[in-house]
Amino acid sequence: MYLLRRAWANLKNEVLVLPSRTLVLAWVLAMLVLPLVWPDAYLMRVATMTCLFAILAASWDLLAGYTGQVNFGHALYFGAGAYGSALLAHHLGWPAWISIPVGAIVAAIMGLATGALCLRLKGSYLSLATLAFPLIALGLLFAFPGFSGGELGISGLRRLAVSPEANYAIAAGAMLIIVFGLWLLADSNFGLVLHAIRDDEVAVRASGINTTRYKLAVFTLSALCAGLSGALYVHFLRVAGPSVLEVGLSFQVVIWGIFGGVATIYGPVVAVFLLYPLTEWFGSVDAIAPYRLLIFAVIVLLVLLFMPRGLTPWVRDKIETECPRCKQRNGIWRNQCRLCSAGLSATARELKARAA
Amino acid sequence: MFADILVTGLINSGVYALLAVGFSLVFGVARIVNIAHTAFYMLAAYCFYSLLVKAGLGVVWSGLIAVAAVTMLSLACYKLIIEPVRDHPSAVLIATIALALIFQELMQVAFGGSYLGIPSTIDGVMSVAGVNVPYQRLLILVVAAVMLAFTWWVLYRTRLGLAIRSTANDVEVAELMGMNAHRVAMATLALSVGLSAVAGVVVAPVFVVDPRMWLAPLVTMLAIVVLGGLGSLRGSLIGAFILGYVEAITVFAVPSGAYLKGAVALVIMVVVLLARPEGLFGVAFEEER
Repeated sequence: MYLLRRAWANLKNEVLVLPSRTLVLAWVLAMLVLPLVWPDAYLMRVATMTCLFAILAASWDLLAGYTGQVNFGHALYFGAGAYGSALLAHHLGWPAWISIPVGAIVAAIMGLATGALCLRLKGSYLSLATLAFPLIALGLLFAFPGFSGGELGISGLRRLAVSPEANYAIAAGAMLIIVFGLWLLADSNFGLVLHAIRDDEVAVRASGINTTRYKLAVFTLSALCAGLSGALYVHFLRVAGPSVLEVGLSFQVVIWGIFGGVATIYGPVVAVFLLYPLTEWFGSVDAIAPYRLLIFAVIVLLVLLFMPRGLTPWVRDKIETECPRCKQRNGIWRNQCRLCSAGLSATARELKARAA
Repeated sequence: MFADILVTGLINSGVYALLAVGFSLVFGVARIVNIAHTAFYMLAAYCFYSLLVKAGLGVVWSGLIAVAAVTMLSLACYKLIIEPVRDHPSAVLIATIALALIFQELMQVAFGGSYLGIPSTIDGVMSVAGVNVPYQRLLILVVAAVMLAFTWWVLYRTRLGLAIRSTANDVEVAELMGMNAHRVAMATLALSVGLSAVAGVVVAPVFVVDPRMWLAPLVTMLAIVVLGGLGSLRGSLIGAFILGYVEAITVFAVPSGAYLKGAVALVIMVVVLLARPEGLFGVAFEEER
């Protein structure tokens, strides 16, 4: 009973006071009950893919948004996970529940290797060099069609589960765990160091922090998550094709990340949950199916013109304010900060400024 | 085969040099990573195709109109889309990606996704060192050389070129000396897109025209620019020759080289970057604090 009351108090005082936290809670609940209220096979399929891409986008944000290593070749890790697990399942006949984690580990090794290659590169050089990696992998795949399946890829993989609901449950579970894990990580001391590396690497090194180790760790971790989503993706679609390594996918990840707002983790996830089902829906309506990508690009462009920092920071600024005294966030409707009771409304701030 | 490599490599390098020099200019002056750069090249090829084949204009007129139209379009895009978000580099980046996608899809809707061939505009073959080179391919080389010489003249012999070079060196000081950085950026963009449009027009009769033709040159161009050093014109030029020849060698001398040509070029770029993180001719900037 005590625990219940404490949970309720926590919920009321920490979650429901902020609209953004309430939205996150509502979203998590919606994710969990979706298969119960609307068990439509097509919807389940779209939702599963959305979850997998959300993992990919969130892992990109940890690397690019937090650490500032803006990676244009994130498809490499997705593709490494995808092809790693698919090749193991196809050539060695490993069951999906082993090949998927091993695929993710293959991707993590790729992440470590590319991270080590990129240690000395900065800014635009890093972005453009990373763009090359998935294309090198793609060239190798095409050069050895007997091993990799060439243009057609590897088909006939087994799914982890049979029913669409079970597949969705796996994808959604993985997504929630990874996204919240990354979010916690980004808010921890580790995340603080990453932030600092992005802002001023020399200063971080001067403070006695081994930035090399942090950068390699974040490359590996980000690649691990992306590889997991890639491995789950091919085992869900049951075919691993060259499209998982294309420039288009790398760019797509960058678009999701920046559209949602970088260095937030939840931003790219929100972007995937808005943009991916939207493009799927465009594709399903015959009249606009040919214009699907066009509409997508125009939407991205228009949103950016009005919200150059991305969608979620803009929305968050509209529904919340920051207390000028204690930097705590408050709902937009409050006149006083919920912690230090400093005045929040425009008039209160003006009065204070006049008094000072 | 040796002569094949020599001639094909030279022609590849010419096209890549046109693209890479333009990209490098815009990056140097405005710090814009213009992903849509090769999309303008694609647009110019389509524009040339519709003027030449559909409207039946002469070769020279269609070429000139295509280049002019694409350059005007790029300026309009800059004014309407890039300039409002100039303060946010990441927004600029995906704005250019979105622009490239929009162009690709517009062409897809307008012309369909199939490959379009343009009849060759000049016939005849010349024999160079035992290799038969069609005049059409020779034209690419001549135009590339002329355009690069023109660019060099603009940059080093005109007041505009002086403004472009000084803005690339230091925007703030250039503005203090009375140069309008925005105007200089626009002029640079016009020059750069003009070069890529010229490239699109001259390669259209040799390659096939399709809505996705901007992706492959984009990647090679980025590799060249990084290899040579971002913002360095000499670097881009030399990088274009290196990668142009590397591609020719892989295609002719390596089995299943056509698949590997991109990969080999990119591996070379990565190797160069490992040895010299700022590219061959890039300036190692002081850490910006």
